Amino acid sequence: MKKYILGLAAGLGLASLAVTGAFAADKLKVGFIYIGPPGDFGWTYQHDQGRKEMEKALGDQVETTFLESVPEGADAERSIERLARAGHKLIFTTSFGYMDPTVKVAQKFPDVKFEHATGYKTAENVSVYNSRFYEGRYVQGVIAAKMSKVGVAGYIGSFPIPEVVQGINAFMLGAQSVNPDFKVKVIWANSWFDPGKEADAAKALVDQGVDIITQHTDSTAPMQVAAERKIKAFGQASDMIKFGPETQLTSIVDNWGPYYIERAKAVIDGSWKSHNVFEGMKEGLVVMAPYTNMPDDVKKLAEETQAKIASGELKPFTGPVKKQDGSDWLKAGETADDKTILSMNFYVAGVDDKLPQ
Amino acid sequence: MMFEAILLTVATAATPLLIAALGELVVERSGVLNLGVEGMMIMGAVCGFAAAQMTGSAWIGLIAAICAGAAFSLLFGFLSLTLATNQYATGLALTLLGLGASAMIGESFVGMPGVRMQSISIPGLTEIPFIGKFLFGQDPIFYISIALTAAVAWFLFRTKAGLTLRAIGDNHTSAHALGVPVLRYRYLAVLFGGACAGLAGAQLSLVYVPQWVENMTSGRGWIALALVVFASWRPWRVLAGAYLFGAVTIGQLHAQALGIGIPSQFMSSLPYLATIIVLVLISRNKRLTLMNTPASLGKAFVPDR
Repeated sequence: MKKYILGLAAGLGLASLAVTGAFAADKLKVGFIYIGPPGDFGWTYQHDQGRKEMEKALGDQVETTFLESVPEGADAERSIERLARAGHKLIFTTSFGYMDPTVKVAQKFPDVKFEHATGYKTAENVSVYNSRFYEGRYVQGVIAAKMSKVGVAGYIGSFPIPEVVQGINAFMLGAQSVNPDFKVKVIWANSWFDPGKEADAAKALVDQGVDIITQHTDSTAPMQVAAERKIKAFGQASDMIKFGPETQLTSIVDNWGPYYIERAKAVIDGSWKSHNVFEGMKEGLVVMAPYTNMPDDVKKLAEETQAKIASGELKPFTGPVKKQDGSDWLKAGETADDKTILSMNFYVAGVDDKLPQ
Repeated sequence: MMFEAILLTVATAATPLLIAALGELVVERSGVLNLGVEGMMIMGAVCGFAAAQMTGSAWIGLIAAICAGAAFSLLFGFLSLTLATNQYATGLALTLLGLGASAMIGESFVGMPGVRMQSISIPGLTEIPFIGKFLFGQDPIFYISIALTAAVAWFLFRTKAGLTLRAIGDNHTSAHALGVPVLRYRYLAVLFGGACAGLAGAQLSLVYVPQWVENMTSGRGWIALALVVFASWRPWRVLAGAYLFGAVTIGQLHAQALGIGIPSQFMSSLPYLATIIVLVLISRNKRLTLMNTPASLGKAFVPDR
């Protein structure tokens, strides 16, 4: 309900908010900016679950507000500023495209702490937190190569940003570790959330002969198409097993709750410091949904791969790896550093697509 | 087989646009501009999904969606016709209200797999290669959409009531002077538009992607609105526009999957570009376009006595 109240307040002028803010002075007001609706059952849904976990864990100490479906770009800046003006002392902006708006607003409000997800620009009061989703994608690639009869998987991408490109490359490398000739077909939806378009993309991929679908868009539509066409698929951001009980192989589940709780606590006790974290399976940020609809040996291999990644024994981006154009990227045994991973803008060999630049 | 599969995908993508646009076409022909298509559509989607989910019947969902769309449009009718408010603002408000209200109604339905409306199957005909499934094996809403196009074209240009409706759209003052019940016609047109938008919404949540998620119309109501204008208020051109839009949308996805290396951002904008170009080309006869444009579109009507 908060969003409606906030919307109303904005309509009446922000004066009313300043008044309510005064009463709740001892509570930490935490704001969230969402790219989609909390009901997308994907990316935003998981952030909202994290928000709820924080409310539950910290109870009276915090009060949370969220603004949903905020477009990336100029609108984002206005929305973030609105939260800052309304007395929020900790603001999470949960999409890559909010990076510059977040940094800009942060300059105007030095006493407000900002946390930007999946970006790379930090400041005195701006932290960056990111998840190594690609670790999960690597495991999915291994499974895909084991499960696919035709040796081709379809990949529905949102936008060609590093976070998504990492996923495609890790998926490819995981698959190649099992089947060196494995192919990946990519379709860019150019949208994070458009169930109809995502379904259309999935149908186009199936019609072109792929028998595994994986997605980096936020709705459950591709999973449903895969179920209807009786092929296998991977979920995205949350466990989508209900949409494909006989279809979902596994899903990368984003587990933001613990991080949100930790950061809110840090603001409350004054220990908050700007940082740039990049966490994955080891820290529990990336969780895999149960391995289903696959034979036991594939499941065992998937679990082993996951365990190796979690322990740090296996790093998905380890050489020898060639880029798509045939040039060398990583020498045998060499692993990619985080800076390269976070700004990844090229494909590894084997991806059947030209990366939009 | 691939050809047939693509054809089916195109039909599914085009149907909601076609139905919503046909409804809006009738509304605009009566001289009323309802910018609330997106809002009515999403209300249809959520109510259709909820009713189907609770009863287990997609048909009940479909009827609920039509009723929801119509009921929601009545709100617009009351404000813009009876109270003669600004139609642009009222329509926009309807869209915003619809998006918010549907999110609230649908909250408990998020993350539930829905009831799918089954496609028909006629032994002997559905199996015909290439076109069998397209002609005889689709979901009922597809057939409704085609029948609706024919019905709207017939009604507007072959019946007296249709002629009257167009006359009102062209000049409501003259029509009123002739004793035509302007507001009654407009109310019925607005209701029809709402029912169509609701039905289009049901197609989304019962056929296209059988699930409920907030904002699942993703701007399709706006595309439908644009189609009406670019089709210069002619029903069969709306059909052509909707299918062209669908075909280019699906075509660009296939082109991407084939990896032909054209930037995907450009490909994604192709459906919009292609539809606009083609519809502008077919309606470049200025005199004809002017003749088809309802002259009192968007103007409030207050009977002088």
